[in-house]
Amino acid sequence: MTVVVRGDAASPPSAIVAAAGVAACWQQVQARIATSQRLAGLFTAGAIGPGRDGALTLSAHLARPGGIDTLQAALPPGATGYPALTPLVGAAFWYERVIHDLAGLVPHGHPRLAPLVRPGSPAAGHSPGRHVAGYGLFTIPHGPVRSGVLESMEYLVETPGEAIPHLNMRIFYKHRGIAARFAGLGVADGVLLAERAEGVASVAHALAYCHAIESIAGCAVPAQAALLRVVHAELERVANHLDAAARLCDASGLAVATARLALHKERVLRLVGALCGSRFGRGVIVPGGVSAPAALAPADLVAAAGAMEKAISADAGSLMGTSSFLDRLRGTGPLTQARAREHGALGPVGKASGYADDARVARPYDAYPLTLAPVAMDPAGDALARLQVRWEEVGQSLDLVRQAAARLADNSNKRQREPGLLASCDPADGRAVGWAEAPQGEVVYDVTLSAGRIVACQPRSASFHNLVLMHEVFRGDILTDFPFIEASFGLSVAGAAL
Amino acid sequence: MTIWVLRGLRDGVVTTRWPARPDEYADSWRGPVVVRDGMPPIGAQAHDEATPADQDLASLCPTGAIMADGDRVRVDQGRCILCGRCVARRPDLFAWSQGATGPRAAVLSRQALIVPGAPETDAAIEAARVELARRVRALRRSVHVRHVDAGSDGSEEWEIQALLGPVYDVSRLGVFFTASPRHADVLLVTGAGVAGMRPSLRTTYDGMPDPKVVMAAGTDAISGGMLSPGNHGADGVVPIDVWVPGSPPSPFSLLKGLLVAVGQLAGNPVRRP
Repeated sequence: MTVVVRGDAASPPSAIVAAAGVAACWQQVQARIATSQRLAGLFTAGAIGPGRDGALTLSAHLARPGGIDTLQAALPPGATGYPALTPLVGAAFWYERVIHDLAGLVPHGHPRLAPLVRPGSPAAGHSPGRHVAGYGLFTIPHGPVRSGVLESMEYLVETPGEAIPHLNMRIFYKHRGIAARFAGLGVADGVLLAERAEGVASVAHALAYCHAIESIAGCAVPAQAALLRVVHAELERVANHLDAAARLCDASGLAVATARLALHKERVLRLVGALCGSRFGRGVIVPGGVSAPAALAPADLVAAAGAMEKAISADAGSLMGTSSFLDRLRGTGPLTQARAREHGALGPVGKASGYADDARVARPYDAYPLTLAPVAMDPAGDALARLQVRWEEVGQSLDLVRQAAARLADNSNKRQREPGLLASCDPADGRAVGWAEAPQGEVVYDVTLSAGRIVACQPRSASFHNLVLMHEVFRGDILTDFPFIEASFGLSVAGAAL
Repeated sequence: MTIWVLRGLRDGVVTTRWPARPDEYADSWRGPVVVRDGMPPIGAQAHDEATPADQDLASLCPTGAIMADGDRVRVDQGRCILCGRCVARRPDLFAWSQGATGPRAAVLSRQALIVPGAPETDAAIEAARVELARRVRALRRSVHVRHVDAGSDGSEEWEIQALLGPVYDVSRLGVFFTASPRHADVLLVTGAGVAGMRPSLRTTYDGMPDPKVVMAAGTDAISGGMLSPGNHGADGVVPIDVWVPGSPPSPFSLLKGLLVAVGQLAGNPVRRP
């Protein structure tokens, strides 16, 4: 097991930098991206906060080894638009559409400013329009109420019958206005909302939010709490990856494999529930640490993780030897390495295309510098590669759970009294960016506090960042490949639409 | 091919026997908050600086599920998101409920989710049960369910998908999921009923032939959860027949809700004096 050591001298802490105007800000963004930093988000703020006199600011988050910097530019008062970032940095494409939807700002020069999280008004003529013209082409609208027990989302599939030259996604049906809901909440209530921003990644969202709060308060999480956080985060990763694999099996009609993977996922959820009372790990992560000790002894946790790994790897091995299954995945939904790097594809989608920026390695938090194994990578870029990356991560995650549980037991034995699980954390004012590696990829929270309450909190889920790439992976694929591609991305619509 | 058979035989039957036999996992489930029995009225307690007033009790809850009026404390389980703050701060007043298939797991009237319940709601519950039984008389043997996500956080869908898996196996009870509203008997709604999904939810309901039953699954679908006010779940969009609280509800509670919806189980029976 390799231990990754953070070079603190080489990686300064995250900074919030104000630029003089939008154009200067975009120049700095481009310069940083040229040095391999990654655009981790672009948001606007200030329309509703107190003491901001209505002036809007644009914040661009750039991820680099060791931290996430925020470049900020203030817009002149009364501005209705600004020069778009998308022509310079393609990854800003969907972010600027959200800014237009929610704040009404027009990014001048944006290639396609259709509504994304708010449906456009019919009077304004907001219809998606056809992208591909040709004989016999028609559009299949699928959703938002979809066949199967799935989250609501609409796909507009332009097709001549089999091939899919273009795919349109409309996620606004499920938009819940989560970012706006944060304003005015107390710090403790903020965790509750963060957990419910993307319900299948509750632990990761809670972690990213709490990291931001802990950064503002300048408090350090006790070692025992950090280890317990790792346990919950990794079990969440296992459950999500099993879900993605089960959906792929379901798409290919392998009923036995689907059932067995569903059984393993149920066992993971029951284990999480046994640890903390909630099958989704809710109520565990709080600013400063964790709310309670694990309800299972570390030895039982090690045993459970070991049994799980043995059972899952047996079934995964059999599944990955089923040629009819592999044939459906091989070459399906390819995402090129160049495109993944350019966009900064997160999580397993990025790793399967040879681009990895795992927050647990590049910007370690909680107990990760102590226990992480090397990151799985596979440059083939198709659905098969994404599944293989997920299987590797499942093995790593269960190994991390065993390591963390062993250290939890060690630390308990060494101390006379019960080791602390919660540091005092009473932030008053400030702003910070927190992050965590969710099963889908990196989640980022930009939190601003005033007098101990949230002024603004902008979550950015990996699902939102990655979902736009689904437009580009249908090269040569047909309609029946659609569920494979969707399942191989493994994203949550709730996290994308927020 | 044989490897799967052997593995399956080795693992044995993993499917729960509920409702034919009790299930230990279902019975140990940590459910929405209840008010402790035998707790003296608030007015009778000696007030000191440590005892919060009525307003402080209500403000404990992020979704406003706690109602403290005069000397009575009640909890609206349809608003409870199981955050546990009230249980942690006032364990003398509040406790977790236990069991995923008890009388409050799936109820036939919105008022029945407010605990402790007022006696006058029992007659209304009985009337609702009789009306529902009459409506679903033809559905007892086999029902088809159409699920609609009206703005959930994604976790309720996982719990519903679990019903299709081998542990809960809803098909052994004659319940199947269908894609077409035309073939559906039960509309299973999750999510806070956000503006973008209200028209689609209503269209799906309208597209279902009679007799039909609507089940609101989860606190978001019952009251909007943390997204209320502004979002009230399925309330006001479609007429709800069965309410299943939880955030998200246990698959066992969902199972109970489906069986109550089609009359295979009695929904919260009338309390005998």
